[in-house]
Amino acid sequence: MRIGIVCPYSWDVPGGVQFHIRDLAEYFIRLGHEVSVLAPADDDTPLPPYVVSAGRAVPVPYNGSVARLNFGFLSAARVRRWLHDGAFDVIHIHEPTSPSLGLLACWAAQGPIVATFHTSNPRSRAMIAAYSILQAALEKISARIAVSEYARRTLVEHLGGDAVVIPNGVDVDFFAKAEPKAEWQGDTIGFIGRIDEPRKGLPVLMRALPKILAERPGTRLLVAGRGDEEEAVESLPKELRARVEFLGMVSDEDKARLLRSVDLYVAPNTGGESFGIILVEAMSAGAPVLASDLDAFAQVLDQGAAGELFANEDADALAEAAVRLLGDPERRAELRERGSAHVRRFDWSTVGADILSVYETVTDGTTAVAADEKTTGLRARLGLARD
Amino acid sequence: MTATLIWTLVAVVVLVAIGLYLSWTAGRLDRLHARIDATRAALDAQLLRRASVTQELATSGVLDPAASIVLYEAAHAARQAEEEQREVAESELSQALRAVFAEPQQVEAVREAPGGVAAARELTEAVRRVPMARRFHNDAVGAARRLREHRKVRWFRLAGHAPFPMAFEMDDEPPAALVDRAA
Repeated sequence: MRIGIVCPYSWDVPGGVQFHIRDLAEYFIRLGHEVSVLAPADDDTPLPPYVVSAGRAVPVPYNGSVARLNFGFLSAARVRRWLHDGAFDVIHIHEPTSPSLGLLACWAAQGPIVATFHTSNPRSRAMIAAYSILQAALEKISARIAVSEYARRTLVEHLGGDAVVIPNGVDVDFFAKAEPKAEWQGDTIGFIGRIDEPRKGLPVLMRALPKILAERPGTRLLVAGRGDEEEAVESLPKELRARVEFLGMVSDEDKARLLRSVDLYVAPNTGGESFGIILVEAMSAGAPVLASDLDAFAQVLDQGAAGELFANEDADALAEAAVRLLGDPERRAELRERGSAHVRRFDWSTVGADILSVYETVTDGTTAVAADEKTTGLRARLGLARD
Repeated sequence: MTATLIWTLVAVVVLVAIGLYLSWTAGRLDRLHARIDATRAALDAQLLRRASVTQELATSGVLDPAASIVLYEAAHAARQAEEEQREVAESELSQALRAVFAEPQQVEAVREAPGGVAAARELTEAVRRVPMARRFHNDAVGAARRLREHRKVRWFRLAGHAPFPMAFEMDDEPPAALVDRAA
C-alpha cells in the first residue's frame, strides 16, 4: 500500500505527534508498505529518507502561544506536488484542524483521507470564526481517529461527527528490556517532562515533596526534562534541595533506563493532556505509576486498575499516596504486574494493525488519492467547477 | 442615470456571488453523497465478510453442535435479510457471536483446531472492522444531514433528488473474549 502521512509540526522540534508519526512510518515500512511523510522542516535539516520537507514553518502567534505553522501559497504548492508525485492509496493527516499542513492537505486532496485528532483543545475563538471553512475541508475526511475516548468526546462536541478510538503506540519491548541503572535505584521517584511548563505539574510535586521526605527521608526525586533547574526548586526549603537530582534532557535509551530504575513514577500533570504516552512508557518499563486523575490519564490507567490516581493539583493527596506506595513493596509489585499486562494493547503491533484496518476499510473499492481539482484548480478558484 | 447603472452593477455582482456560493455548496454536498456511497459499500463489505467467516466457522465442526446451529442461523439470516430488516438481523448476529464467544476458553478451543488460528484471526478482524466501518458511514451521514438541513440547501433544493441519508444503526459490540488482547 502507498501511504502518505502529513505531519503538521516541525520535524526538527521533538514532540509527541512527531514521534508518533516517526514510529508509525517506520512500523509500516518494516511491514513492506511504501510510506512518505510530508513535514515542515528547515531545508538544511537532515531528514530520514521517507520524509519530504514542506518548507520551513513560520512562527506566528496562534491560540495564546507562538506556534510554528505552514501556510500560504508556497506551502500549498508543495502539498499539491507531494500529492501528485506520491500517487498514494491513502493519506493520513494528523491534526487536521491546526492551520498548518494538515488543513492544507485536507483542502488540496481528494480520495481516501484518514485523520488523527491528537489534542483535545477547548474550542478556540478562531475555530468558531473559521467553522464553515474548516467544516468544508473536514468533510472530505473519510475516517477519523481519536487517540483517546476523551479526545473523541471533544471532537464530537466541537466538530460533530464521530471517530474511532485508536490509542498512541509505544514500543513496549524497548522499555521492558532496558537495563536499570544502579545509581537511579533505591527509594527513587521519577518525573519526566518540561520543568518550566506548569501544566506538566512539577510545582505540585515540589509542594508534596517536603511531606514525602518527612516520612521517608531517604527518598530521591529524579527529574528529566529541560527548563530552569534553580527556579524549579525555589519553593523547597534549602536543606531539601539536595534530594532533587536534575538529569536534563535525556536520550530515549536513558529515558527507558530511568523508568526501569525508579520505584515510583509520578505524573502530576494539571491539564492539557489528551492521552498520556509517558504513562504507557512507564508501565512498559514496569514502573508503578501514580498520576493525577485527569480524564485522559484515568483512561490510560484503566480507571486506576493499572496505576494509582490522586486528586488533580492536590499536593497532600499526592504526598499521602506516594508515601503509602513507597512503603508497600507488595502493592508496587502488584501495580508492576498489572501495568505490564495492561500496556500490551498500546504496543505498536496492536495499534499499527488497527490503523492499517482503518486504511483498508476506507480504501476498499475506492480510487487513489489525487489532487482535488474542484478546490485547487483554476476553474474552482473562479468558482466554475461543480462536477 | 449613473446611479441606476451602479445599482444594477452592484445587484449583478451580488447575484453572481450568491450563485458561486450556491454552486460551491452543491459541490460540497455532491462530494458528501459520494462519500456516503463509498462508506456504505465498505460497511456492506465488512458485514458480509463477518457473516461469511461466521458461517464458515459454524459449518467447520470446530464448535459444538448447538453453538454451530445458533451461529449458522444468525449468519444466514443476516445475509438474507431484506434492507428493512438488515439492522435487526446484523444486531442478532452480533448477539449470537457474543453468546458463543463469551468465554476465552471457547476462543482457545477454536485456535487449537486445525486451521483454527487463521479462522480466529479472521473473525477477530471482522468483528473489529464492522464497528469501524459503521462509525465512518454514520459520520458521513451526519455531515451530509447537517449540511442538508441548512436553509440555503433546502430553499434552493441543492440536494436534488438524492434520498435523505440514513444512518445504519445496529448493535456491533464485539465479543469480549475475541478482542481483548491485553490478556
